[in-house]
This record gives sequence, structure tokens and C-alpha cells, in this order.
Amino acid sequence: MAVFSKVLTMLRGNLREIGQSIVDSNASTIYEQEIVEATAHVATAKNDLTAVMAKEMQAGREIERLRAELHKYEDLAVQALQKDENGLAEEVAARVADLEVALAEQEEARAQYAAHVARLKDMIRTAEATLREHERQLAMAKTTESVYKATATISQNMGASGSKLMSAKESLERIRQRHQDLADRMQAAEVLEGEFGSKALDNKLAQAGIGERANRKAEVIARLQARARPTPPDRS
Amino acid sequence: MDEVMGRMLAIESALSAQVGSLSVSANLLAPSEPDGVPVMRMCIEGQEEIPVFVTASPQQVLCICYLWTEREVRPERRAEMLEAMMDLNIAIPLSNFGRIGEHYVIFGALAADASPESIATDVAMAADNALEALEVFNEFLM
Repeated sequence: MAVFSKVLTMLRGNLREIGQSIVDSNASTIYEQEIVEATAHVATAKNDLTAVMAKEMQAGREIERLRAELHKYEDLAVQALQKDENGLAEEVAARVADLEVALAEQEEARAQYAAHVARLKDMIRTAEATLREHERQLAMAKTTESVYKATATISQNMGASGSKLMSAKESLERIRQRHQDLADRMQAAEVLEGEFGSKALDNKLAQAGIGERANRKAEVIARLQARARPTPPDRS
Repeated sequence: MDEVMGRMLAIESALSAQVGSLSVSANLLAPSEPDGVPVMRMCIEGQEEIPVFVTASPQQVLCICYLWTEREVRPERRAEMLEAMMDLNIAIPLSNFGRIGEHYVIFGALAADASPESIATDVAMAADNALEALEVFNEFLM
């Protein structure tokens, strides 16, 4: 079951109830229980898997041993026949027959272990996928619940403090107003600086012919004229 | 609650460092229900009208700005507004549009173990994105 659609169905239902709780604690507990069970399941299956894989390897080694043995006794039987030791050859043949039965049994066993390993691996993959899915579902359910509870906390605090969430237009208007105020203040400060600042005072003084800047031009001209006049000859 | 408070102060100072000379205020909204969720309310100077609410579930931290309610939307422009939200969602840095009940929101989500600095970045971004959203979506609102 996809939790997406479950959450959507709940959201489209009674919004008031969602405010209380999107996932009743029962459902959460069931999810949590399923997660615990799936985790345990995976752990057991992994244990089983190692045991079965060990048995598969043991069977493999036994098969190798039986094959070598079989080979050896077949060679021995041939040698006995070549020496016309027919009685001996038959005894060896009986041994070979036993070995062949044992080998067939081991091969059968190994095939079964291999099938078991494949089954366990499939099971573990499925269980792990289920586990991830449950965890994601639980996360979604809990987050949705938590967000609605957080919204409840916010609304209650807003209500308690007398303020409320403002409408978007009001908020925007107030922020714009504040920015405009700031811009106005800065402009006003500039104008003020122009009118009443230290520069303004200096300008007024200069216009009135007062202060060090008032006669600077006249002083400079006088100084330059003095330098331009030829120095009178030394009379002494 | 002490742990939540400590975390909030860490986020607050990280946010202060990030927004520079602007001042930042944060306070904790205590849940009234015993199983309620505590929420941090963060305000950046000049944008007090659009606070960012920070809340955590076991899996993630959410930084939410409330934008407007369903009632404020011009009904004849609603579909257009929703499409604009969908189209913008992927382009908006760190935040997404969403809806909680009647409220349209813009929010950022972080891993539950996110650092105060990362959360502060998300909070600052959510606040800026919210302001821009208010300006841009103004035409869809009454």
C-alpha cells in the first residue's frame, strides 16, 4: 500500500481531524512493529544463508573428493582386468558403484543447497525492500503528523499572544512600507546634511565673506602677483 | 526542552552570523498538548511579518514560512497560481512550495542531524524566498 495515497486521502478528508492526528498511534505502532519484525526476519534469514552456503561448500568439497576416489578405483579396476584378476576387478567395481551412488547423493544435496541459497537471497532482498518501504512510510506519516502538530502549536501561540498570521497582502504592504520608510529616511538625511550640515554652514560663511575660505582667491592672486614683480635691485 | 533550547540558540547565532548586520530574534513556541511538537520561531530584522518556523521530526528538520491562506487566493486565478508554484518549485534555491491545511507555505527540509549552520542557511533562504514569493504571487491574491 502506497502511503502517498493514504496521506492524500486523509488530507482531502476532514482537515479538522488531521489537525488532531494524521496517523493514530495505533497505525504508527503497527508500522513500528512491522519494521521490528522485518528487521528480525532479515537477520534470521542472513544467519540461515551463511549456514546453508557453508553446507553447499562442504558438499562441493565432498564431491571433489568422491570424484578423485572414483577415478582412482576405476584405474585400479582396469589394472586388475589387465592382469586377468577378474575376482579383484569385480570387488573394485563394487566399490566404484558405491562411490557413484555416494557422488550422486552429494550432487543432489549440493543442488538443493544451491536452490535454498537462491531462495534465501530472494527472501532477504524482498524483506529488505519491505523494511525500507515501511521505514519510508513511517517517516512520511510521522512528518505529516508532526507538521500538522507544529501548525497547531503555531496557531495556538499566535492566538494566545493576540497576534495572528497576517494576510499576505498586509505582510507585504508592511514590509514595503518599512523599506519605503528606510529609503525616505536616508533621503531625508541627505537633504538635511545639505541644508544643515557642516558644509552648508561653511557655504553660508563663505558667501558672507567670513572664514578662511572667503578671501582665498584674492589672497592667491596677491601672492602670485608678488612673485611676478621683478625683484628690486640691491642697493647696498 | 533544554536540548531544543540549546539547538535553537545555536541556530540563532549561526543565522546572525549569516545575515550580517541585520538582527535576528528567535523564540520557542511551547506545545499546549502533551504530545504536541515544539516549534522555533525565527525573525529577521525588516521581515518580522514573515517569520520562519523551524520544527523537527525524527527524520527531518523543516523550516516553514506561511505565505497565504486558501481564502486569500483569487478563485479565477487559482489554477494559474498552482501551476506557477509547480513550475518555480525546482528553481527556487533550497525551498519548495507546499500546503498545510488552509495555508500555502514555502519550506526547506534538512536531514535530522543537520548542523545549525545548514539550518540557518535554510532559514535565511526560506525568509528571502517567502518575501519574493509574496511580491511575485501578489497578483493572484485578493
